[in-house]
Amino acid sequence: MKKFDTKHFKIKARKFLFGMNFVDGFVYKFVIYTLLISFSYIYLYPVLFMTVNSFMTVDDLINPGVKWIPTALQFENYGRALQVLELPGSIVSTTSYVLKVSISVTISSAIIGYGFAKFRFPLKNLLFVLMLATFILPSQVTMVANLVIFNNLGLMSTQNAMILPAIFGQGVNAAIYILIFYQFFKTIPGVLMESAEVDGASQFRIFTRIAIPLAIPSFLIVFLFSFVWYWNETFITSLYVGGRITLPLKLQAFRSSYETLFPPGSAGSELNEAIMLAGNMLTILPLLVLYFIAQRYFVESIDRTGITGE
Amino acid sequence: MKKVLSKIMTPLAKAWAKVTAFYNSKIAKHVEKVKYALSHNFIIRRKGLKLILFSFIKIDITRRRREAFYGYIFILLWIIGFAIFTLYPMFYSLYLSFTEAYYSLESGVETTFIGFTNYLNVFRSQTLLPLFATYIGKMLISVPLIIVFSILIAVLINNPIKLKGFWRTIFFLPVVISTGPVIAELNNQDATSIPSLEDSTLIVFISENLGPWIASPVEAILTSMLLILWYAGIPILIFLAGLQKIDGSIYEAAAIDGASPWDRFWKITLPSISPLISVSVIYIVVSMSLFVESGGILDLARSHMLVGAPDSTFWFGYGYAATIAWVYFLLMVIIMGIFVLILSARRKERN
Repeated sequence: MKKFDTKHFKIKARKFLFGMNFVDGFVYKFVIYTLLISFSYIYLYPVLFMTVNSFMTVDDLINPGVKWIPTALQFENYGRALQVLELPGSIVSTTSYVLKVSISVTISSAIIGYGFAKFRFPLKNLLFVLMLATFILPSQVTMVANLVIFNNLGLMSTQNAMILPAIFGQGVNAAIYILIFYQFFKTIPGVLMESAEVDGASQFRIFTRIAIPLAIPSFLIVFLFSFVWYWNETFITSLYVGGRITLPLKLQAFRSSYETLFPPGSAGSELNEAIMLAGNMLTILPLLVLYFIAQRYFVESIDRTGITGE
Repeated sequence: MKKVLSKIMTPLAKAWAKVTAFYNSKIAKHVEKVKYALSHNFIIRRKGLKLILFSFIKIDITRRRREAFYGYIFILLWIIGFAIFTLYPMFYSLYLSFTEAYYSLESGVETTFIGFTNYLNVFRSQTLLPLFATYIGKMLISVPLIIVFSILIAVLINNPIKLKGFWRTIFFLPVVISTGPVIAELNNQDATSIPSLEDSTLIVFISENLGPWIASPVEAILTSMLLILWYAGIPILIFLAGLQKIDGSIYEAAAIDGASPWDRFWKITLPSISPLISVSVIYIVVSMSLFVESGGILDLARSHMLVGAPDSTFWFGYGYAATIAWVYFLLMVIIMGIFVLILSARRKERN
């Protein structure tokens, strides 16, 4: 039998635990993964809480012994929440409204971003800075006057009150979208456009035939972001378009709608936290699905804004 | 299959033929007319490389001018929108903030000029002042917190680890799902403080022993810690993008020279991502400030605007709402300015 080589074993163990020059050791990796897992637990705690509690019965909610695993899955919570939120009808209406707004904001910011990126004109820098500055201007500063404007234009309480500003490049977070397109169109070599121009293409033809096909990924990113952000926007939507047009706004009015559907006093109809959380889950579910399908585009977005400097 | 296709295609072709016939018979004439008018009118005419205005002002069409023209055409949408939906409302609400204004269905907005009274009222208000104090405290504490947290996460993810995309997905998730009502509900159910922290004596100790002006923001932060961290989604991505731009050979050189990971972080990583900190600070301050809590400052402004009438508790109407919004906006800009100044001052020192 071979003699046990303690020295060799020691070196091996050390290499395994602490790593050599550029190979990380086990201890290092262990620490990193532990940190990541614990941070993501903290980070996702509200989501986990929401998911688990939305299935709980009233007894489970009160019982301090039940924290993570409900004793019985209560699907009735979701049934009630579906009724209160008027699903699945309301998801269609919400989606169609959000689609209208986000598609118009995407197209308009592409046009504007192209204008800023590809042409030189007087006052360009000033206008560009102003465009970026609109990002920090709260919509609450302009809401008072915008209400009056929309009233005069007859747009109040119609979806056009959100769509028109979106078309004119003043939508929610429009500055970010314009910046994304700006950065992308800057990377297209100008030679490409010049050669098309020499061949006799007009500027609009160049834009539609050369710039847009190249910018499909940027279109996707901007569209996804505007979709999500318009879906989640509740303050100006409720102010300009009104009441309960989107799913989050219906969620905001959950308590009162619940009381009209299930009047207090009838047996077993009290609104409890589990039903509320089921409503929350249903509201964010479409976005979750969208996110998991297209998460690559969401996560790549920051690289595209070019704020890291090229 | 062919039959189905032809069945679909024939009506389409017919419709298309109709459209072209209609175009040829009705619209084409007018298009020709417009073209003719454009080249034969008095006001604007093009002749070779010259643009002739009113038959006597002649402008050379140079490449630069044409470029500028097309540039303005492309951003025309934005210029119009900016003027109508941003610039004019901004100054109009600034004007309203110096008036007492109500909306009436018959005559539109009625205004009476009252000078700085609205601003004085904001600073005298018993409900608003504590809200502003809490807002400032919350910003000053939570913005550095988010920055530190997001740098930490970004550095962790930037290590050579497995499932990089998975971790990024997790930390970006809140950006997608955080909407006002959901956050409000989570707040209601106390699901927003770090699990082990919520029953700790720390909160009790702070709220009992410190003055309310420190205690209330600290308490607010501790009890909604998770939601504050939720704002880190985009900053994490910003820092991650910055970290990936750093050349790996710098680290190797430093390691060969004997720098410890600790030194490498402070001497290489942090300086190279420090310009991004300002960007993230601006993003965080804006996104945190624009989040509307019920009972918060912005919500109050809305109440004043919508139910403002001389006989209700919100008796100042549009003007007061505009004032609140403006004070809030200025505060936000000041806070942002302070952070950015501190950061840039430190960078200059280092240089």
